[in-house]
Amino acid sequence: MTYIRPTFRHPALPKNDLGYTVDYYEGSLSTLCAGCGHDSISAAIAQACFETNIEPHRVAKLSGIGCSSKTPAYFLSNSHGFNSVHGRMPSVATGANLANRDLIYFGVSGDGDTASIGMGQFVHVVRRNLNMVYLVMNNGCYGLTKGQDSATADAGSKSKAGSVNLFEAIDLASLAVELGATFVAQSFSGDKSQLVPLIQAAMSHPGFAFINVISPCVTFNNNPGSTKSYDYVREHMEATATVDFVPHQTTITASYEEGTVEAVPLHDGSVISLHKLEKDWNPLDRISAINAVQNARAKGEILTGLLYVDPDTSDLHDMINTTERPLNKLTEADLCPGSEVLKGFNQSLR
Amino acid sequence: MKINDFVVRFANVNGTGSASANALFTKAVFRMGVPVTPKNIFPSNIQGLPTWYDVRVSEKGYLGRRHGVDLMVAVNPQSMKNDYREVLPGGYFLYDSTKPLPPGYDRDDITHLGIPLMALCNAEYTDARQRQLFKNIVYIGALSALCDIEFSVLEGLIGDQFKGKEKLIDPNIKALNIGVNYVKENFDYPLDIRVERRDLLGDKILFSGNSACGLGAVYAGATVAAWYPITPSTSVVDAFAKYAAKFRVDPATGKNNYAIVQAEDELAAIGMVMGACWNGARSFTATSGPGVSLMNEFLGLGYFAEVPTVLIDVQRTGPSTGMPTRTQQSDLLLAAYASHGDTKHPLLLPSTPKECFEMTVDAFDLTERLQTPVIVMTDLDLGMNDHVTDPLVWDDSRKYDRGKVLSAEQLEAIYGGGGSQLAEMFNGKWGRYLDVDGDGIPYRTIGGTHPTRGAFVTRGSSRDEYGVYTEDGDAYRRNVDRLAKKWDTAKELVPQPHFYQEANRSKDGVIFFGTSIFSAEEAIDLFAEEGIVLDAMRPRSFPFGKAFCDFVDSHDRLFVIEQNRDAQFKSLMTIELGIDPSRLISVLNYDGTPITADDIVNRIKTRI
Repeated sequence: MTYIRPTFRHPALPKNDLGYTVDYYEGSLSTLCAGCGHDSISAAIAQACFETNIEPHRVAKLSGIGCSSKTPAYFLSNSHGFNSVHGRMPSVATGANLANRDLIYFGVSGDGDTASIGMGQFVHVVRRNLNMVYLVMNNGCYGLTKGQDSATADAGSKSKAGSVNLFEAIDLASLAVELGATFVAQSFSGDKSQLVPLIQAAMSHPGFAFINVISPCVTFNNNPGSTKSYDYVREHMEATATVDFVPHQTTITASYEEGTVEAVPLHDGSVISLHKLEKDWNPLDRISAINAVQNARAKGEILTGLLYVDPDTSDLHDMINTTERPLNKLTEADLCPGSEVLKGFNQSLR
Repeated sequence: MKINDFVVRFANVNGTGSASANALFTKAVFRMGVPVTPKNIFPSNIQGLPTWYDVRVSEKGYLGRRHGVDLMVAVNPQSMKNDYREVLPGGYFLYDSTKPLPPGYDRDDITHLGIPLMALCNAEYTDARQRQLFKNIVYIGALSALCDIEFSVLEGLIGDQFKGKEKLIDPNIKALNIGVNYVKENFDYPLDIRVERRDLLGDKILFSGNSACGLGAVYAGATVAAWYPITPSTSVVDAFAKYAAKFRVDPATGKNNYAIVQAEDELAAIGMVMGACWNGARSFTATSGPGVSLMNEFLGLGYFAEVPTVLIDVQRTGPSTGMPTRTQQSDLLLAAYASHGDTKHPLLLPSTPKECFEMTVDAFDLTERLQTPVIVMTDLDLGMNDHVTDPLVWDDSRKYDRGKVLSAEQLEAIYGGGGSQLAEMFNGKWGRYLDVDGDGIPYRTIGGTHPTRGAFVTRGSSRDEYGVYTEDGDAYRRNVDRLAKKWDTAKELVPQPHFYQEANRSKDGVIFFGTSIFSAEEAIDLFAEEGIVLDAMRPRSFPFGKAFCDFVDSHDRLFVIEQNRDAQFKSLMTIELGIDPSRLISVLNYDGTPITADDIVNRIKTRI
């Protein structure tokens, strides 16, 4: 970890439409290990919010427990954060979102926090299509307790101490598609050019947006034989497409070869442009997405990019018919039936 | 002759539609102006097992359970042998005489009333389901003649029940008449136990605690309910859903001014509630003991991170799955000290449906004022049974107490430089965990309020007064000491005890809470009839404030009535107040049924 933060800022640091420079989107100093993939992801989140002109106070950051769950302190210092209970971020995010549907909900979790202790809540928040970004910083191990295998560690992957993981890995991206997630992406903490537009698109998606980011643990799981090391991931990463995110303020100018660009318009008017690398995969088709992920897995590859999206989706509020006004803004006049109603009610109980 | 003072027990098979018929009997007594209390004694089963419904009619207004049955309506062959034995000498045994009673049913100290219920229904109805359902109505009709209940009252109730389904009124009235006519033709009636019209109920209502909690949550402005089904709390959220659908749908848009989520488990339910409360909505969950066990970790987070949360615990018989459909007051210690580390939580202890309504509303104010989880402790007896209770009232000038929440303007003022009171209070910089008022309660902010002021990370880890993570021992101790100060503040904010005397008159005091109220009040009367004066206090919350302590200090001995094995309330008193335990004498009941006045009188008598 770093102890000293440089205070120097280049005077010509570019500003976004709101007049903020990117450092406005940073958080406090990270206490993670030097070189941790998670810090790159925090930087990508800040960058994504900066580029899409998001007011930080319109974002709520939520997490569970673990190395990854510490990160909400390390980006968007002007956003409210909730570092909650191990594996329980989805429920806290659900309640927060129900209370105020006007904010952007950014959930950060890890592979232990999601695939083990939090599996129950992960599964159900997907089913409810809660309007949130759910980002897993996936390093295949428990960093904060010194490197035990997690449930996303591949069978056969070797730990730093030399032991081989015996158990089948849980593939979170496949699972999310299977469970009905309406936006599923996979990326690598070392590939900011792919990760930033994916985060931007996820924030624009009007339902549950899941991003599984392979984020090597430099201290406990970056050794030869590990399938979550920087080297292994770089060698086995297979991008489905290169991704551009076009915010709704700008018009799209597609200058790509026809037939290779898949433009996915989102509800808020923004567009995800996918420059497809794989011919037989359609990001709007669930079965095609599942096949693509499983085929890559069988070949020992890690498919990255936007795997699946259903842009015409209804989130939890739509499904349960909640008012458009944030529930936390309603007052006595909206909420309390008053004494006259109660008098009639008493009468019905006699 | 027992006029307005008897117990009827209906012995039925679960799932045969008896509940609504039996409720008719209760409501008829109620409408004749006579105090009445029904208790559903049901199995953890949907269909097939025995279920009982006890109705106590009491001119004196005693609404607790009473031992002994004066009139048994025995329509369940499975339990009939035992039911037969339960009838008090001089009592009545009403049974279906379509088939003759087997040998052995030959008590000569009771009166046997055989009515061929099945035969009467078979002659009248062809549909099997109708035969079953109307059998229940036929015995209600018979009872009305036997107990002298005004037929017009029953007619009125049937009319109310089937408002909008008028086609069902005539067949029900007909079934009642079949019962009435059979009694008229075959028995001397009315019996020696009967109902006489009185005007003893005034404007009282008949309502269940769970419905009252659900309605209270609507009145309190709860907008987010998250829950997981568990007996006996399920009907709290059912009631909230029903009343919210009635009172909380925006007429202009047809959209809901509330959200209800059935969670995947109790951990998620309380997590959702905490997320919603953290984000500025009023939110609650309802559960029972096993659910509270699962919620422990979150409750500790709520205490330490100071997140409002309302939890309604409808207690049932534990431990483990215990007897899920029986009542107890056995979650007190679990709830009071839920979670690891030094944690404690305010508990509200309603005794009546009216208090369920009021204390649910109060719980939302208290949790936001104190920024800590508040738990409403009811039980199965209170929650799932109808009780005669005072009418619910609402003061339209009442404003919700949202506690210390800073607005954008207030945040501006804090940072706005010299002059403003807020800037001085905070010395120009807001801190989430600063105690600027000296009451241990800090000021909180809600996400989305201000672009550059008031953001912080809520966490269960230690932090300093400004919300910054720290493992510094001094900062940790300052924080938990402030939480202890907040606990002291809570003592006088929570609902205060109810006293039964203007001034103390005895060296012996009685303490009871929750549903022990009904039998305890009766027991105090019984003692008074014998010239034994006992001072009484009904605590309505935890922690204990000054009024509670004064009562304890001014009595040599205290009888503590509670419905659990381990005298948990007594433990709370000794833990919190350091009372010499030998001054506290426990009166306990924990067989899953509500405590009776006899239980209380017999136990106390051995000591005075």
